[in-house]
Amino acid sequence: MLELNRVTAGYDRRDPVVRDVSLAVAPGESVGLLGPSGCGKSTLARVAALLHRPDAGSVVLAGAPVKGWRYRAPQEQRTAVGVVFQQPRLSADPRLSLRELIAQPLRSTGRRHEVAVRVAELAREVGLTGELLDRRPHAVSDGQLQRACLARALVLRPGLLICDEMTAMLDASTTAALVSVVEAYRAESGAALLAVGHDRVLLERWCDRTVRWEELDGTREPAEAVGARG
Amino acid sequence: MKKTSPARPVLSVAGLSVRFRMRGGRHVAAVTDATFDLAAGECLALVGESGCGKSVLASALLGLLPANAETSGAAVLDGDTDLVTAGERVLARTVRGRRIGLVPQSPAAHLTPVRTVRAQLEETLRELTGVRGPAVGPAARAAAGRAAFPADHLDRYPHELSGGLAQRAATALALIGDAPLLLADEPTTGLDRELVERTVDELRRHTDRGRALLLITHDLAAAGRIADRVAVMYAGRIVELADAERFFGRPGPRHPYARGLLEALPEREFAPIPGMPPELADLPAGCAFAARCPRADERCGLQPSFENGVACHHLTGVEIHRAEEPADA
Repeated sequence: MLELNRVTAGYDRRDPVVRDVSLAVAPGESVGLLGPSGCGKSTLARVAALLHRPDAGSVVLAGAPVKGWRYRAPQEQRTAVGVVFQQPRLSADPRLSLRELIAQPLRSTGRRHEVAVRVAELAREVGLTGELLDRRPHAVSDGQLQRACLARALVLRPGLLICDEMTAMLDASTTAALVSVVEAYRAESGAALLAVGHDRVLLERWCDRTVRWEELDGTREPAEAVGARG
Repeated sequence: MKKTSPARPVLSVAGLSVRFRMRGGRHVAAVTDATFDLAAGECLALVGESGCGKSVLASALLGLLPANAETSGAAVLDGDTDLVTAGERVLARTVRGRRIGLVPQSPAAHLTPVRTVRAQLEETLRELTGVRGPAVGPAARAAAGRAAFPADHLDRYPHELSGGLAQRAATALALIGDAPLLLADEPTTGLDRELVERTVDELRRHTDRGRALLLITHDLAAAGRIADRVAVMYAGRIVELADAERFFGRPGPRHPYARGLLEALPEREFAPIPGMPPELADLPAGCAFAARCPRADERCGLQPSFENGVACHHLTGVEIHRAEEPADA
């Protein structure tokens, strides 16, 4: 489903964060990527989600090589990947109600006729009730907002879901609830999963296999745990 | 709750409630009837999901609530100062930083972004300890050292620090006033496991040197690592207060919510509690957990009283009995 081949990426060409990393996720497989804060795993997740163009290396998504990132990515590739980030507040437009937030990907891809049915269906799956859907992000808790962000990531029925520290801000019960939503979707759709995080116990329980960042990044000594970025 | 503290409690909270007045005459009951003691050398972890009122309780203790908050009950510091009735003047001049040190939730946001760590430590030292002149420099290095902040990073700005180092800088600032009570509000949010453990272990060391620590967190693993006692908060109320060893080990939590929260951990059942917590603006008359509780019945229409460390109608004689066994200190 996803192949990352010798990817080098970062924010300064002279000092890349990700160096020569390869990772593959088979169709239907769930892979947990474990690493300390600041190791570059989120940057790699952004490359895989077509949100960050790598400096070198190649990405193959569902058999097709990726040629463009961000707005240059063709729609069918962009919409094949669903992404959930660590901080729901930073990834939700504060002006939209949760209902509009979940519906946004459908509207941007010209599928507004599906909105009513699909949003209702997903809201039920993630456990958001009618009245909550009309609220805007400032009026809901982090856990409720992350539920909406997960629903948004699933609304286009992606073949690959990328969860970057999806539950790092959440309590144990909400974590278990969101993971069970992801797994129910995967069981029904056959989607693959790349879950990025630092919680070994969680990822080992959740995923088919887990990969440690140090195993991927053979070109240098494991970096010291620096940086607040997940 | 009947735990007898060896010394006079550093903090004694009794019937503390916080309500926010909202538009249209509505009220949000953020904290209801919180009661607990905290002794020197002891760590009490206040756990619960986001939005359950934990941080509001912390803000109430520091007098940092917005103007529409109505606070009742008492929170007595060292037997002489009621934080609920003390005025802003008293809190600002004698309590914050001096008698209560705050280890904040997001250190990167707590630190002043345009000044170096050294400048912030020195300012706090001058303000709280009266150190002047050439003594300030060594005092700042010593303050940094107490929180294991590396001296060669003192001239960095907050944005140049990693999450772990920013956390230590904030802890160093909180320790300067030698406050007998440390209040840590989600000190480990966003840190990875190794940094979480290092951060809470440092807090535990400061507790072992005789401070009282109120650790507010949703991270049960962090709480289990360093707490002596655990208070579980749900929908603004403390629903269970237990010895940490018994809570995380055997016999385990007694309140159904606390049990559900612990069983949701990936190293345990990894099963969520069904449903979501109620809105604090729209709490049911009875037990707030009843709608999600596997044991709920008609008795739950009444608010359960907090007895023997737990607020639930469904505890059998055996479970009540457990609470009465002496808890080790």
